[in-house]
Amino acid sequence: MRDDRQVGPPNLSRRAFLSAAGSSAAAAAIVSCAPASPHAAERGTAGPLGNESTITGAIPVTLRINGKEHRLRVDPRTTLLDCLRETVALTGTKKGCDHGQCGACTVHVNGRRVNSCLSLALMHDGHEITTIEGLGTPEVLHPMQAAFLACDAYQCGYCTSGQIMSAVALLEEPCGPEDTAVKELMSGNICRCGAYPNIVAAIQQVRRTA
Amino acid sequence: MHTFEFLRPQDSAGAVRVAAQAKTAQQGADVRFLAGGTTLLDLMKLNVETPTRLIDINRLPLAKIEATPEGGLRIGATVRNTDLAHHPVVQRDYVVLSQAIFAGASAQLRNMATTAGNLLQRTRCMYFRDTAMPCNKREPDTGCPAIAGSNRTLAVLGTSDTCIATNPSDMNVAMAALEATVHVQGTKGARAVPIGDFHLLPGHTPHRETVLEPGT
Repeated sequence: MRDDRQVGPPNLSRRAFLSAAGSSAAAAAIVSCAPASPHAAERGTAGPLGNESTITGAIPVTLRINGKEHRLRVDPRTTLLDCLRETVALTGTKKGCDHGQCGACTVHVNGRRVNSCLSLALMHDGHEITTIEGLGTPEVLHPMQAAFLACDAYQCGYCTSGQIMSAVALLEEPCGPEDTAVKELMSGNICRCGAYPNIVAAIQQVRRTA
Repeated sequence: MHTFEFLRPQDSAGAVRVAAQAKTAQQGADVRFLAGGTTLLDLMKLNVETPTRLIDINRLPLAKIEATPEGGLRIGATVRNTDLAHHPVVQRDYVVLSQAIFAGASAQLRNMATTAGNLLQRTRCMYFRDTAMPCNKREPDTGCPAIAGSNRTLAVLGTSDTCIATNPSDMNVAMAALEATVHVQGTKGARAVPIGDFHLLPGHTPHRETVLEPGT
């Protein structure tokens, strides 16, 4: 007996699936508690890229993210992290502690690594920002991304983009050859799974071949 | 986080003029300078800091390290901690300053945090950071639960019966050891404050941490 039913679209990403499932759940919720206004459907739901211009008190800011210029309007409270994730929809940068302690939100600003959660988007008008999306592509990985894969330098993966952004920045910083020097300079990136030995191995592999 | 007005004055004089309109330069200030943001934004997210105006000073020409005629170094307010700690003269002549900075925070935070911001770092006392708790430093005369509470990392010297918070800055310790001078620009001109006189002991006014006043 053969079952030809397709279980799921082959190229559906986890994020796209969750996003679609979330939207339909929200729609169902609206219908079930409706006497909705007749214009409810027309108002629609703003996606991550929608409705910036309607934010009260929004201020224009231009960010160069991964080589591309983005002219945005943001609430002055918007952190660089939230701007990247919610406004520009670059969700590779992760929010962990949101207080500068875990390093999951690490990105490069003008070539230096920073915690994007403790920085306002408005502070970076005209700055060059590099996120994990700007480092390599699935086909052509950055050597650090390839080394993380080769060394199994993660478990759940949540901290990984921050770890890799930190590790790439470390390559350009004064850092002794020994593992302890790498560990000290990577101390701003926490991994709750405890993949530290493999993270250090991946970084040292890239440094040896650089 | 409470909302605020985001200002970017063209020069230091403009920044000073706005800051001079503040009600206080101490805890509860309605106007704050924004440099690295690593302390300020952290505390704004917790509603411990609730400024209504932020003055972004990152574009002002304050990021230089210059030799003085007396043989010292003049360090700009927005010199990043990384740049200060890696500066060749600091590494040669003021090793304690370089070591103190590298002993603190992380590489990312040191890339963001500035010299002036480090000088004005706020305590990490968990009661200060938690608006659900009383704190004489955050809200005068509400009490200090730290004295009889979780206080392992808090002060044993220089305390008072109203506050046992510590200054968290490693850099400040090195600056004090080196007898640095803090140069403050205000509406009435510039003044120089020896670092030993710059920070205040808590006494009965722990919400007052420095000798800074609005516009001076």
